[in-house]
Amino acid sequence: MRQTLRDPQQERWQFQLRLKVLSGFIVILCLLLVARLVWLQVVSHGYYHTLAEANRISIVPIVPNRGLILDRNGMVLAENNSTYTLEINPARSGDLDTVIDQLSALVTITPSDRKLFRKLLDEAHGLSPAPIRSRLTETEIARFSVNRYRFPGVEIQARLIRNYPLGASASHLIGYIGRINEADQDRLDDQDLTDQYRGTNHIGKLGIEGHYEQELHGVTGSEQVETDAGGHGVRSLARIDPVAGNDLTLTIDAALQQAAEKAFGDHRGALVAIEPATGEVLALVSQPGFDPNLFVDGIDQDNWNALNNSPDKPLNNRALRGQYPPGSTVKPLMALAALTLGKRSTAYKIPDPGYFSFPGSSHRYRDWREGGHGWVDMHLSIVQSCDTYYYSLANDLGIDAMHDFFTQFGFGQKTGLDIDGEMPGLYPSTEWKQKRFKQDWYGGETVISGIGQGYVLATPLQLAQAMATLANNGVMMRPHLVRAIRDRATGSIRAIPPETVRSLQLKQADIDFVRDAMVDVMKPGGTAAQAGTGAPYLIAGKTGTAQVVGVRQGEKYSESRTAERNRDHALFVAFAPADQPKIAVAVLVENGGHGGSIAAPIARQVLDFYLLGQKVKAVPTANESGEDSAHD
Amino acid sequence: MPTIKELRTRLLAPLDPTLFNTSLLLMALGFVVLYSASGSDMGKVLSQVRNLGLAFMAMWAMAITPPHKIERIVFPIYGVALVALLGVALFGEVSHGARRWLHLGPLRVQPSELMKIALPLALAGYFEWRGKAINWRDFVVAALLLLVPVGLVVRQPDLGTALLIASSGFYVLYFAGLSWKVMGGLFAAGLAAMPLVWHVMHDYQKKRILTLLDPTQDPLGAGYHTLQSMIALGSGGMFGKGWLRGTQSHLDFLPEHTTDFVFAVFGEEFGLLGALVFLTAMLVIITRGLFIANEGSTPFARLVAGSLSMTLFTYTFVNMGMVSGILPVVGVPLPFLSYGGTSLVTLFISIGILMSVHHHRKLVKQ
Repeated sequence: MRQTLRDPQQERWQFQLRLKVLSGFIVILCLLLVARLVWLQVVSHGYYHTLAEANRISIVPIVPNRGLILDRNGMVLAENNSTYTLEINPARSGDLDTVIDQLSALVTITPSDRKLFRKLLDEAHGLSPAPIRSRLTETEIARFSVNRYRFPGVEIQARLIRNYPLGASASHLIGYIGRINEADQDRLDDQDLTDQYRGTNHIGKLGIEGHYEQELHGVTGSEQVETDAGGHGVRSLARIDPVAGNDLTLTIDAALQQAAEKAFGDHRGALVAIEPATGEVLALVSQPGFDPNLFVDGIDQDNWNALNNSPDKPLNNRALRGQYPPGSTVKPLMALAALTLGKRSTAYKIPDPGYFSFPGSSHRYRDWREGGHGWVDMHLSIVQSCDTYYYSLANDLGIDAMHDFFTQFGFGQKTGLDIDGEMPGLYPSTEWKQKRFKQDWYGGETVISGIGQGYVLATPLQLAQAMATLANNGVMMRPHLVRAIRDRATGSIRAIPPETVRSLQLKQADIDFVRDAMVDVMKPGGTAAQAGTGAPYLIAGKTGTAQVVGVRQGEKYSESRTAERNRDHALFVAFAPADQPKIAVAVLVENGGHGGSIAAPIARQVLDFYLLGQKVKAVPTANESGEDSAHD
Repeated sequence: MPTIKELRTRLLAPLDPTLFNTSLLLMALGFVVLYSASGSDMGKVLSQVRNLGLAFMAMWAMAITPPHKIERIVFPIYGVALVALLGVALFGEVSHGARRWLHLGPLRVQPSELMKIALPLALAGYFEWRGKAINWRDFVVAALLLLVPVGLVVRQPDLGTALLIASSGFYVLYFAGLSWKVMGGLFAAGLAAMPLVWHVMHDYQKKRILTLLDPTQDPLGAGYHTLQSMIALGSGGMFGKGWLRGTQSHLDFLPEHTTDFVFAVFGEEFGLLGALVFLTAMLVIITRGLFIANEGSTPFARLVAGSLSMTLFTYTFVNMGMVSGILPVVGVPLPFLSYGGTSLVTLFISIGILMSVHHHRKLVKQ
């Protein structure tokens, strides 16, 4: 290339040449623009004039029907009901307060209706109509219709409204839809979905409704409507039909879900039941629940405050967001770890004086049974939930080996359940502590980790998954809530296949040994013998208790002397039938005391219901059951 | 002590009457159409008047600064703009799927706007600095100076702005004497790469191109804007429906009707006649700018003036082409008519630089 510009004169000459060339381009492009404008504004003026003036054409979106949510047996969990709402268009109605006052003579309008109306109007920046009342009764419709001439800009609109027929049942997992807010709008813009949501007012916020929003929403249709000068539709010119959202069939058994919720009675807590072979979640309970129908048209302030400020935290999905110390429910896995890593034989016995101490230290890690269990082998350690056995075992295994083993069983990581908000729990390691606290790990911390205390935290969902994995002989399946998706466009049904997360390297003999010990937990002499009484099938179970407040050295925990909210959490994990597992379950009862007396009976009722179809009655509340002696 | 008269001459002399008066005329059109497009929102008009005050000060400041003084700070400006773009890539605020904004205390700045001016200035400064020894290596360096910020803006992603920044830089290379063969080669390579570009484009970008070919395909989505703005323009006819009488804009059919699509409102209410008046006024400014470029005293002055004038044309053409449906929808404001502070200040800085080049054309760098 010869781009050397030595001569200023030559450079000037070149610059001018290039200016001329570009000027030519400008002329050509301007002519093109002018030609286009002439085409639009002169030649095609008549056509566009017709479109714009004489018969204005508006393109009206047609909102698709939202997909249904069904349980595994076809019971409807979320549906669309047609209802009538009263809407006010602020641009045409005149003074709003006067109009609403006059309307309230015809239909019931509560102060919270007014507040909600103001809120929705603000969100629409006063540009589009907002509903003052939804779910009008027949009488109200009639009364308004007669007086309609008095209210310009107020109209009755037929709308489909989302309905959750089971109310508070399964509310955490189904979730709810709510009005699209600014955050939702931003997200839609980000995903370039704004066009798809033209005309749509609601969007899935939580649970299945939130996670499967794209499946449930459907494809928006459109209609070209010819309108007269007043903007009223005259006739339809073209129509692209909407495609309804896809129907979801859940893995949940709604009857089982309701039975489990009933079994909880007034207790707070969570229960997760999983089919071990597939990872299908049969029930996902978090008590107390809330009525999702409150959220559909925007929740009013009073209801919101009631839910949000309640000490029972009904909005919190404890099943996957509650992180609790798993307590003694980790012992079967500890035993399995010892066998797998060759740190214990099944016959190896330890003498249990009722506590564990490091050599040369006076600090005692106490067993729940004062005076100890005597000579304890592995089988007895599970059946009687001997703490001392696991203090000493943990000390021999070391925290990092325990961390690696429990991580295999899903501790400390999200299970990947197909709804949002899951918490990861925590299984500590020396590396974790160094990173988190910049501190060395202490031997004592290993010891208490051995009985599922200390830093160890797990969600009820993780515990259920760990049980399901054990029941499935070490093959971990991904827990999931959607079983099949019915495509409304084609009518075809897409089944969601079970997904294997990983196959653990375990010996079948070891698994069988641990399972048999867990079966004996439910038999006379075991910690959950009462809950196991009379079961016509084999249950493999394990109780657990999670401390809420620490108990000082030399003191004894007493349930009756401890405030209700500081009482221990009761835990129970199980699978059944033990020889051919169809269901694995984890139960957590907040401040329920010990696992054997509160959590295990709930699990038993759920197992009976699922395996035998038996009716369920609520477990009595803590106050009534008040025996203080037996611990774990 | 200078007399009042001298002072006035010194302060006002740089304001080239052709540029100044035409800009005033165009701004007047801008306020008229903004009042209508915003639905008679006087607050919005007043806010734009404030923006104009700021823009005028920026213009005047540029106009009284001789080009060789501007030249001294072009690299620092470019450096700042580049660092800011990097900052956006690392810490930028995500809004509507793109990372374009940077928070600096209370300020929220869009560095890509700054780069629109900083890049041509820096490239012109580079060629001036290399002086008579320019050879092909300098074009490689210049191309790198151009591609780095453009690449950063593409990644935001903001393809429209990236193309505009690239074009403002390209004009400098072109005026500096980039070989015709190279340009021909680039053009051919561009054509050949089209299938590849199509492959890496985002879905929404593909949709915009497809929509351009047939806007009726997707009347609810991407085609909606184009279709509505074409109806607005077409129904305006030869003389327009009259001020405040546009139906398409007032019935909310038109999106962004005070910013990117303001020309549709203008064309609907003032017709082909109004559109031609606007286009003519724009051409007066652009022609004047190119004329000023031709008489610039130094290569820097010539390159800057040439590039800024051509960039003005690019904005005008791309926006009008988009609104009238011959170019895909990209977010490009129309000079003088679109509402918005940043683009107005940028616009008047360009005009101020043109004025400076003209006023100081007899000055030769020491």
